[in-house]
Amino acid sequence: MSAMSLLQVSGVTKRFGGLAALEDVSLDVRSGEIYGLIGPNGAGKTTLFNCMTGLYSLTSGEVKLDGAPLQGLKPHQIVACGFARTFQNIRLFANMTALENVMVGRHARSRAGILGAVLRGRGTRAEETDIRDKARHLMDYVGLHNKGRALAGHLAYGDQRRLEIARALATEPKLLALDEPVAGMNPSERRQMSELFQRVRDGGVTLLLIEHDVKLVMGLCDRVAVLDYGRKIAEGDAASVQQDTAVIAAYLGGSPA
Amino acid sequence: MLDGLRKRPRLTAILLAVLLAALPFIMGFGLGNSWVRVLDFVLLYVLLAIGLNIVVGYAGLLDLGYIAFYAIGAYLYAWLASPHFGLHLPFWLVLPIGAMLAGVFGVLLGSPTLRLRGDYLAIVTLGFGEIIRIFMNNLNAPFNLTNGPQGINLIDPVSVAGFSFGKPLDIFGMTLPPTYFYYYLFLAFTLLAIFVAMRLQDSRIGRAWAAIREDEIAAAAMGINTRNMKLLAFAMGATFGGLAGGLFAAFQGFISPESFNLWESILVLCMIVLGGMGNIPGVILGAVLLTVIPEALRYLGDLQRATLGHVVVDPSDLRMLLFGVALVAMMLYRPAGLLPSRQRKREFAAEDGVAEQEQADLYDAKA
Repeated sequence: MSAMSLLQVSGVTKRFGGLAALEDVSLDVRSGEIYGLIGPNGAGKTTLFNCMTGLYSLTSGEVKLDGAPLQGLKPHQIVACGFARTFQNIRLFANMTALENVMVGRHARSRAGILGAVLRGRGTRAEETDIRDKARHLMDYVGLHNKGRALAGHLAYGDQRRLEIARALATEPKLLALDEPVAGMNPSERRQMSELFQRVRDGGVTLLLIEHDVKLVMGLCDRVAVLDYGRKIAEGDAASVQQDTAVIAAYLGGSPA
Repeated sequence: MLDGLRKRPRLTAILLAVLLAALPFIMGFGLGNSWVRVLDFVLLYVLLAIGLNIVVGYAGLLDLGYIAFYAIGAYLYAWLASPHFGLHLPFWLVLPIGAMLAGVFGVLLGSPTLRLRGDYLAIVTLGFGEIIRIFMNNLNAPFNLTNGPQGINLIDPVSVAGFSFGKPLDIFGMTLPPTYFYYYLFLAFTLLAIFVAMRLQDSRIGRAWAAIREDEIAAAAMGINTRNMKLLAFAMGATFGGLAGGLFAAFQGFISPESFNLWESILVLCMIVLGGMGNIPGVILGAVLLTVIPEALRYLGDLQRATLGHVVVDPSDLRMLLFGVALVAMMLYRPAGLLPSRQRKREFAAEDGVAEQEQADLYDAKA
């Protein structure tokens, strides 16, 4: 039974000056599902991600992960709570190696401080080995075998997307939010990514997915929410959302009949 | 030969140790005792450059007021070990206090700048550097804290187990001036600083700094507390600066605000940029070159007198001129520094590679 609620977004509003980017949005992501968030350009999907992960402060509303409130926390604290994300425009540490990028992801789950770093006692050495092993394992897991020594900025586009996911997984999230992870990929790459998402979910991580590719979302997601002009206009399983007149109107234009 | 040395790290280490130990004698007997003094300053600047490299090279925070921490370390030493307040505490107590005070000031001056990056951060830190210097210049009234522009004199020399570094020593028929003892003292601290900086770079903390340098938002999204990590970088850099300042005060026996002007901040920054930002061997090389070359150029005055009969170009003007030319040439031909770090080298090489590839593609498309 996977009906346990993991992420609860209730009544979230975000205004930039007079512009309401999000208006009273509520979502309920259940543990173990792949939850899709779709909507036309400018609908407020990325804004919602930024509000949930602490990059923006909410104008009003509540975000809870496993019952614990996230609003008002700093991004690094939200990561520590078990909520990781990737970015729409890839934000890797371009001049660090791929492996180092993933190792940075272990920051919140390791603790060596200045003294540990300088003295490098047994505890610190063990921790470093653990960080490196886990990072290598994650590189393999997302399909980046033997690419650890390459600079992240030099990887092919698709590999950069994979690396960003590996880096986010390194923080040991309960919930992973992916912002258009297959944008700009060809159909066979999309299929591989879609398999990766399923593998991640089967590994126990709940996925929240922003995507434009409706076909991919419909095939992959257990439930889908549709945003338009900062409001949620539909929510439900893929098939019912596809039939929704408001959704059809938002995508194809015109007024809902 | 370099390859041979790389394959035998132990032999290399022994050779290096012997060279470093013998260096003041080689310089002193070969070129004169004034060069031992130059060596001492080389080590002080290496210490400063390694400290600033933590802030600028590791964490990517452009700090133009770094010399303020050098000043704080130096003044604290002067206050606690000179007739100015009549205090004469031992150096092993004063140096750590000075380094820690500088570290605290690193956090104090760093905290208002946390939201700033790049140009804006540079301007604010530059202002802080000047504020500290101007304070030192003016805090002789109503209470005489710094003795104003006259500076503080008769600062106690370092003394270990009753042996004062302030007086020359007659040994084995030679007279060794204090600069020799300070060389070994500074060398010990410099080696310690290098060790600490290298360990930090290759650690969880070092990776967090690098991540902040690369992309602060992504770093925060990876669970890094960017505020604390940036303050830590400021504090560590400042601590090294304060330590160097204390050593400088003991060595000179006299300090005044003039020693801590903006030019010194820029000089230390140039050492890092010239040598190779983020890379310890590069930073050391930069500090050595930018300290030794100006001294060597002094000989140009004598050379002109010998060949032309009088000095046509003042060597100190010439130093500045050549310094400028060298920096411009370097930016054109080795923008990543003389000894760039592994990553920066690839970063610059990569851009060329990509540009070439794009050119090639363009030709392919035309053909």
